Amino acid sequence: MPPVESWQVAEVPGPKKASVITKPDIVDAMIKRAKHPVLVIGHLAAEIDLDDRKMIDFLIMLAEKGDIPVIATGHTNRELLKRGYKKARVMPVVEVGQRLTDPLWNGIDGREPYDLAIFAGLPYYMEWTILSGLKNFAPNLKTMSLDNTYQPNASWSFPNISIKDWLENLRDIIANLEG
Amino acid sequence: MNRKNVSLKISELESDIGNIHNLELSIGKISGEDWSEAEGPTPFPSLTSLRAWDHKLLSRYQPFYLPFCDLCCFCTFGKCDLTGTKRGACGITMPAQQSRFVLLAACIGAATHISHARELVTHAIRTCGADLRLDPGGNSIDIEAPVTRLVCGIKPEKLSDLETVLEYLEGQVTQLLAVAHTGQEGSSLDFESKVLHAGMIDQVGMEVADLAQTSALGFPKAEPDTPLVDLGMGGIDTKKPVILVIGHNVPPAVSIIEYLKKTRMQDAVEVTGICCTALDVTRYSASAKIVGPMSWQLRYIRSGIPDVVVVDEQCIRTDTLLESREAGSPFIATSEKNCLGLPDRTRDLADDIVADLTSGREPGVLILDPEKAGEVAVRVAQFVAPLRKKPKIPLTTEQIIEHAKTCTQCKLCRRSCPNDLHIPESLKAAGKGKLAMLDEMYEECLGCGRCEQACTQHIPIHTMITAAAAEKTACETFCVRTGRGAIQDVEIRKVGGPIVLGEIPGIVAFVGCSNYPKGGREVAEMCMEFAKRRYINMTSGCAALSIGMYRNGDGKTPYEIYPGTFDAGGIVNVGSCVANAHIAGAAIKIASIFAKRTLRGNYEEIADYVYNRVGAVGVAWGAMSQKAVAIAAGFWRLGIPVVVGPHGTKYRRMLLGKAEREQDWYVYDRRTGESVYVGPVPEHLFFAAETKEEAMVMIAKLCMRPNDTTRGRAIKLTHYLDLHKRMMGILPDDIDLYVRTPADIPVTMKDEVMQILKERDWKERSIPDPTLLAWQVRKQEGGQ
Repeated sequence: MPPVESWQVAEVPGPKKASVITKPDIVDAMIKRAKHPVLVIGHLAAEIDLDDRKMIDFLIMLAEKGDIPVIATGHTNRELLKRGYKKARVMPVVEVGQRLTDPLWNGIDGREPYDLAIFAGLPYYMEWTILSGLKNFAPNLKTMSLDNTYQPNASWSFPNISIKDWLENLRDIIANLEG
Repeated sequence: MNRKNVSLKISELESDIGNIHNLELSIGKISGEDWSEAEGPTPFPSLTSLRAWDHKLLSRYQPFYLPFCDLCCFCTFGKCDLTGTKRGACGITMPAQQSRFVLLAACIGAATHISHARELVTHAIRTCGADLRLDPGGNSIDIEAPVTRLVCGIKPEKLSDLETVLEYLEGQVTQLLAVAHTGQEGSSLDFESKVLHAGMIDQVGMEVADLAQTSALGFPKAEPDTPLVDLGMGGIDTKKPVILVIGHNVPPAVSIIEYLKKTRMQDAVEVTGICCTALDVTRYSASAKIVGPMSWQLRYIRSGIPDVVVVDEQCIRTDTLLESREAGSPFIATSEKNCLGLPDRTRDLADDIVADLTSGREPGVLILDPEKAGEVAVRVAQFVAPLRKKPKIPLTTEQIIEHAKTCTQCKLCRRSCPNDLHIPESLKAAGKGKLAMLDEMYEECLGCGRCEQACTQHIPIHTMITAAAAEKTACETFCVRTGRGAIQDVEIRKVGGPIVLGEIPGIVAFVGCSNYPKGGREVAEMCMEFAKRRYINMTSGCAALSIGMYRNGDGKTPYEIYPGTFDAGGIVNVGSCVANAHIAGAAIKIASIFAKRTLRGNYEEIADYVYNRVGAVGVAWGAMSQKAVAIAAGFWRLGIPVVVGPHGTKYRRMLLGKAEREQDWYVYDRRTGESVYVGPVPEHLFFAAETKEEAMVMIAKLCMRPNDTTRGRAIKLTHYLDLHKRMMGILPDDIDLYVRTPADIPVTMKDEVMQILKERDWKERSIPDPTLLAWQVRKQEGGQ
């Protein structure tokens, strides 16, 4: 499989496509460099098995280690609460996308506009369209997909990688943040 | 608008052919032109007549564009890259290009319904005469065409009156299409205004279509208690000859029933249908059976059960001819809009056509005469049925395993699947003899067949899924309540008050196609939830079928549990796609019957009324088509929000409010003219939900309106807070925006909510008599 094709084969956007995350350091560098990042977690994060855990467990670790505020879309919050994570803000993803294109929106904490939005666990095509909105209408925002499928409309995305490679990457990203 | 009121009156005329006394001749005159209701400001509105209203809505609900393609390839300048702030060679921007696409989709949808209406009116006039009285509900309905009255300002009384309406609609579609030409409109918001215009005329087109077929074909006339009819593949008697009808235009299917009656063979042949033709043929004869929504086409044709396939128009797979040929089922196309390359046999003798189809000389034919198509379909089915060897299941277990073993695990099937189903994993398991995963996918499979197109090994994946689920398909024995058509005036009178005051928490309309993210079951579950909560549930089209394909723990379908009355806790199936007009019609009739507002050409006032007072929400969970865009746009212009499933983001834009922007949520108090903050009600006009759970919370929230009484708001808040707590695990963080006075707070949550309000520095506020229209101030004319 060619490495940088959209996961859903026909979802070809246009000339501007995501840079590929080739190693976990890129993600860490982006997070560390960001002044005001946000992590948007979709409901599939609680359904996807990673080793003996779910993807959402790794995302919680990422949020905790990187001190990144979390927006829970769909009904994800219920799953976060089950795992003891109570700090998420519940917000539908279309509202998240809309607000992120608003230069006057200071985020869920009211601090300042976000400069990095990390997405994970949304239905592929829905994340694709939301990221397209952000690519076109949020010029000051960097976006990143942490799913294991290539999201061409993000600023940064993994290519289409195996679960094993994905798991290793996520573990390294979280470990590096600790350092 | 030229209503073609040519009227000639001759008291006495002597001529070579004789003497004429008191001759009165009217050409194109609307029967109800002497209607006494005062005409409003916008009869037969043009593209810009309601622009100011549109821009009011669009300033609250600004488009959030989600480009589905960054390029424009409409003209030979292109392709133009419009990414970000780039402009194309013609100067167009990305927002304008996206809204242009939405307009095109809405135009296609509106044109489709209007063209369908034209077919039905022409057919009805041919068979019943132009003077046939329109009769959607006998004595139960005085307002026979609320949408037409509202938009066109006329009161159609007979079939020929509908032609005048159609001329207007056809003209508007032409105008709207012209807007999308290169170098015309350049403003995204003006494109959006025209999208709303397309939606409005689409509603009229649908009303015309359903009025014509209800009047001419004797469909149920606003009857709440229509028969329950069979739904599902399991209920079909495959020992009999089986005819399948697919599409939306019912006359050919009606002719099949009529031919069977004429030849006294009603009980000898199974007439089965998919999609809206199926819904409508059961409105004509409850002996017809429905197979399922549009996503059942491939699986049913491939099952080999249908002996003849008859298609008319809309939402029909364009490879049905090919699939029917593969299955050995003769094929009959019946619409000028869907000829499929077939020879036109309309003028040939039925005997000759039957001979060609039964001998296999022709795999398919085009017959543009519904009566002839009906006769040919029945005769061919009877002839070929005994000769065809129908497989009990499309593939044996051994065949499935053998096919699965050829899979190379390239994953192209999954990457082509709209729902990202785990096909490679299922094939891997199937190759080892474990078919459970394939079986499980059946529920969520959209039936699109893209997996097979992608497969480099030519594995018949879709057929394997269906075969693995053979037990399920055999158990598909559900039922649906036949489409009832319009809502009776007396029903509106009964619930108008509780709806406007908020005591019935809302009207939820489950409509649209079957492009579901996780199967049709979710639609049924949502509908059951809101029926249980005593909302009025309305439904139509494929969504109405999906609701029926569900059984609760006691083995009952929703239609067997809940009544078909337009009342709290009802599930009201209005009928096929075109019957959607009755949903908008019900909201409009509330303004007319309950509040005594005049409808005639008075769109803006009525839309303002509906927007501020009628807590209605449309839900198109599997919206797929351009018609769905047009239908949604018709609701938007009336101020009715629409929720779609996650695939709905591919419609390229949402219309979202910003709850925190206080300045967006002011209305005028009609009594005083004062500008009053009412909170973000309703918060959005077009919203795509990620999950069923999120959708249910949003539906409950979007039912709130500024006019709610404290009792009504407390009821609506109870549902919103309860659903939010159940689905998200916590109370919502925007409660303070929806509580106006302490009396709004649900009694059971008083302490908890008061505590939150205290923390938010909440202040009590007044409840106005709301309007967005300055000219409505001090213009109360009675009613609410």
